[in-house]
Amino acid sequence: MQPFEWSTATSISDAVKSQAGAATAQQGASVRYIAGGTNLVDYMKLNAETPRKLVDINGLELNGIERLPDGTMRIGALARNSAVAHDESVRAAYPVLSQAILSGASTQLRNMATTAGNLLQKTRCVYYRDPSTACNKREPGSGCSAIEGHNRMLAILGTSAHCIATNPSDQNVALMALEATVHVTGVKGPRSVPISAFYLLPGSTPQQETVLVPGDLVTHITIPALPEGARSGYLKLRDRASYEFALSSAAVVLKVENGRVAFVRIALGGVGTIPWRTPEAEEALRGKAPTAEHFRAAAEVALRAAKPQSQNAFKVELAKRCLTHALMQASQQA
Amino acid sequence: MAQETQTNPKPMFESKVIGVSTPRIDGPFKTTGTAKYTSDHNFPDLVYAWPVTATISSGSVTGVDTSQARKMPGVVAVYTHEDIGPLYRTPPAAGFSMIQDERRPPLEDAEVRYYGQYVGVAVAKTVEQARAAAEAVRVSYKQTPLNINGTLLGTPLSTPSMRRGSHRGDAAASFEASAVQHDAVYKTPSATHNPIELHATVAVYDDGRFTLYETSQAIVNHRDTLAAVLGVSPENVQVITRFLGSGFGGKLWPWPHSALAAACARNLNQPVKLVVSRSMMFQSVGHRPAIDQQVKLGAETNGKLTTIVHNYVNHTSMADDYSEGCGEATALLYSCPNVDITSGMARRNVGTPTSMRGPGAVPGLYAVESAMDELAVKLEMDPVALRLLNEPEKDESSGKPFSSRHLAECLKVGAEKFGWSQRNPAVGSMKNAEGMTVGWGVAACSWGAMRIEAKAMVELLVDGTARVTCATQDIGGGTYTTFAQLVSHETGIPLQKVAVVLGDTRLPDGPISGGSWTTATITPAVLSAAQNAVKALVQVALRAQHSPFAGKSEDDLELVEGVVRLKADTSVALSQEEVLRLANIKAVSGNAESRGTLGAHNDYSFHSFGAQFVEVTWQPEIARLRVSRVVTVIDAGRMLNPRTAQNQIEGAVVMGIGMAMFESTEYDERTGAPINASLADYVMPVNADCPKIDVTFLDYPDYHLNALGARGVGEIGMAGVAAAVTGAVYHATGVRVRSLPVRIEDLLVPAHGHEVA
Repeated sequence: MQPFEWSTATSISDAVKSQAGAATAQQGASVRYIAGGTNLVDYMKLNAETPRKLVDINGLELNGIERLPDGTMRIGALARNSAVAHDESVRAAYPVLSQAILSGASTQLRNMATTAGNLLQKTRCVYYRDPSTACNKREPGSGCSAIEGHNRMLAILGTSAHCIATNPSDQNVALMALEATVHVTGVKGPRSVPISAFYLLPGSTPQQETVLVPGDLVTHITIPALPEGARSGYLKLRDRASYEFALSSAAVVLKVENGRVAFVRIALGGVGTIPWRTPEAEEALRGKAPTAEHFRAAAEVALRAAKPQSQNAFKVELAKRCLTHALMQASQQA
Repeated sequence: MAQETQTNPKPMFESKVIGVSTPRIDGPFKTTGTAKYTSDHNFPDLVYAWPVTATISSGSVTGVDTSQARKMPGVVAVYTHEDIGPLYRTPPAAGFSMIQDERRPPLEDAEVRYYGQYVGVAVAKTVEQARAAAEAVRVSYKQTPLNINGTLLGTPLSTPSMRRGSHRGDAAASFEASAVQHDAVYKTPSATHNPIELHATVAVYDDGRFTLYETSQAIVNHRDTLAAVLGVSPENVQVITRFLGSGFGGKLWPWPHSALAAACARNLNQPVKLVVSRSMMFQSVGHRPAIDQQVKLGAETNGKLTTIVHNYVNHTSMADDYSEGCGEATALLYSCPNVDITSGMARRNVGTPTSMRGPGAVPGLYAVESAMDELAVKLEMDPVALRLLNEPEKDESSGKPFSSRHLAECLKVGAEKFGWSQRNPAVGSMKNAEGMTVGWGVAACSWGAMRIEAKAMVELLVDGTARVTCATQDIGGGTYTTFAQLVSHETGIPLQKVAVVLGDTRLPDGPISGGSWTTATITPAVLSAAQNAVKALVQVALRAQHSPFAGKSEDDLELVEGVVRLKADTSVALSQEEVLRLANIKAVSGNAESRGTLGAHNDYSFHSFGAQFVEVTWQPEIARLRVSRVVTVIDAGRMLNPRTAQNQIEGAVVMGIGMAMFESTEYDERTGAPINASLADYVMPVNADCPKIDVTFLDYPDYHLNALGARGVGEIGMAGVAAAVTGAVYHATGVRVRSLPVRIEDLLVPAHGHEVA
């Protein structure tokens, strides 16, 4: 770990100002906001992240969880994962979000980890975390050690010749299926970004993971109300029963009307370089009967673009079974 | 069999403490955080050492630039192979001393033979400063080709040919002639010990004398070995291990960090603390090696075994020979006229392997018991019945009778408790109450029983308490409590009045915490020492001024519940306190030494046995496999403390599930780096993976081993679990996994009868 300076932000504008001068808000940022610290501090200890300055935002009033009059859910950036997962209105309106959060990490970590921190969770790729190896995400242009290395856990969707790192979050898969919006305050004031536009595919710049620029502070997210009668759920498949990242996960929102799929949102986790929304699979299901065959057919569509690596070809079939089963479970609730 | 130690042990039925479930006497220290573990030791002027580790696995160091590191805040010193000062190699192991798996002292030269090998060390005032400085050291290397090849059988060996182990009959001919044959290769990966407590050394140097606070499962060997490495006399090294956060074999023998910390303390004349990081735990403190095992079984059509061939090769490091004795149980588990066991080692650019819980037998029985399960399938025979049919009458490898063997009863009791008679052998045919597919598997297990040399001292004090001392250590399994039980049993002094002092080489030399030998070993030594202390107390009682026993002889007196009394008239009595106060003596003591069975002539074959029954639950729609139930029946002699014994078995079963389902140290073939070197990436069972574990002890005392009939339970519980799991996996899914761990990708194949090797 490199020595760093510590400061405490007293207001949103204070926080924004403290990071505004940094060269980047992405990998390698010299100034980082710190909230729960469950992710960033790990990477600092490993020298995968080497900020010179940490800005503590825990004092900002950004931890509210509230239902707005129009039915929108507003969750503050600093709302702890455990608070969100156990919030009565979240559990009632968005079971998929509560389930996703509770399937990740441990109680202790969830008590510290925040909504916005999780939004920016870093990959678990072992090469990213080991500065003695080449990694285009950590050190642009150095190469990718994973493509010809240990890649069992890594992505099969959204990969590039430069990076195949998986986005490891559970929360963000649910937020993707829920079509959340990320609210950011930056140097030019507040703006909102649909989560579908928040993450960047690695392409040739895997160090750029989101659209955030220096000074940007995520203040809260909003989630629109789901259609009346919609069901949602999260299914996570992994090597062991708990405290483990997904090999494959699926967040689904499903509404069946008159024996037909009237509304469906699908996002996959553990398989994409970003939380993976699959509009094509949703399209394939719309208007279809909620049967195992149709769900499996949609899963085939969802994984059509999969590009497995040397050790993770099994993820293609696993993700199909995961999605099929998640949809079955959601349809059976209805 | 040495029977020199107990002349007249108390019969078991008299005991209020032996065989009674007893909470750990050290439990409150651990649960309140007052137990002082090795890295909890601090001293004025203590500085911290952090190793610089190699990022190549084959080659040599061509340059070390320490200039930046030396300038960093708090840095006291940075050492490399050029200036660490003298560190010697140990002489070859003789008997049970100087045991060390990695024999090259750290920083001996510029050679690098495995990833993570120490190539330097930074010392600073805080651990953070030391680590930052170590990371700022720039090392340049000349790399040479590395060999990390995961295939072992059939690749070049460290010796010209396979080494022949136990053999009888003509296995080659009988296999060819066998009506039913099975021949397969089973692979187990490299596995890393991950006790919660990291390896650590706190070294204090004072005028030529070293006090080493260590995480050691064998402080006496550690003292002698480190004395040799540091080039000082053994009396100038004191090793202290008060509490261990377990070790699983990884802490049996000294690893390079210990000498490194001691050398820094010597060079700086300052106390030095070195705590090995979790990632270094995967590199330089041993691991269970990767092993390829070929097992060939031949049988008659009725299931009678005709042939067992077991050929295995484990990887070892470039510089050291570590041989995993996978065939130990193979030679004696079953009755079979033709047996041939051979072994070899293949050199790889890995750290030196070492013992991991149940070394040899655990991976060996995974292969042999998997093969037995596959043979049962070929024979269309129940796997329990197949094992019962081949139960031997004696140890056919040595011709000796077993001291106490009840494997058949383990299988029968286990089958009954598990409900085995309800098993439908057809693959995928069984469902649980929720409609999920279940699979059932079984395996037998065995583990050698042994005693080694040990000394102990028991003191009886004027305040009515007892104190027992021994230079052994409690790995966490309950050794402190066993000592107290033994003394309490022999003297009648209540358990809470027995002080147990372990973990310091100034005490009488005690055994290693390994091999499941500790309980069997300390039992005779402690009982004898207690008897000698009682004799001394009786002598004092006879001779003290104004003694009511004046004129009587030793034989006229007895000690009951801490009271010395006349046998003929029990009203003539003095308490221990009264006797010693009368004589103005603070304490009487008894010393004893017991010999070992290791290396001695024995009339019996000493082994523990057991049976593992496992249920897995299989949901093919989401490829989810979980171990849902385990029934374990253990024949390991008399349980001195059933409570801690059950803990041992339960923990071992969980570790067996980890071996079967999760654990594997993965090496990057390009660099030789253990790539999943963290608790997040090296998957082990968590609580949610632990099924209901039903443990039964048959509890037959083995009086041939010691007076209380105790053997040991540290390892046997892990043996056989992996084979029972893979047998259950086959029964549920039709997939036979011959390369551990069983992974989701192995099971995604829909077709039945698939083999994963």
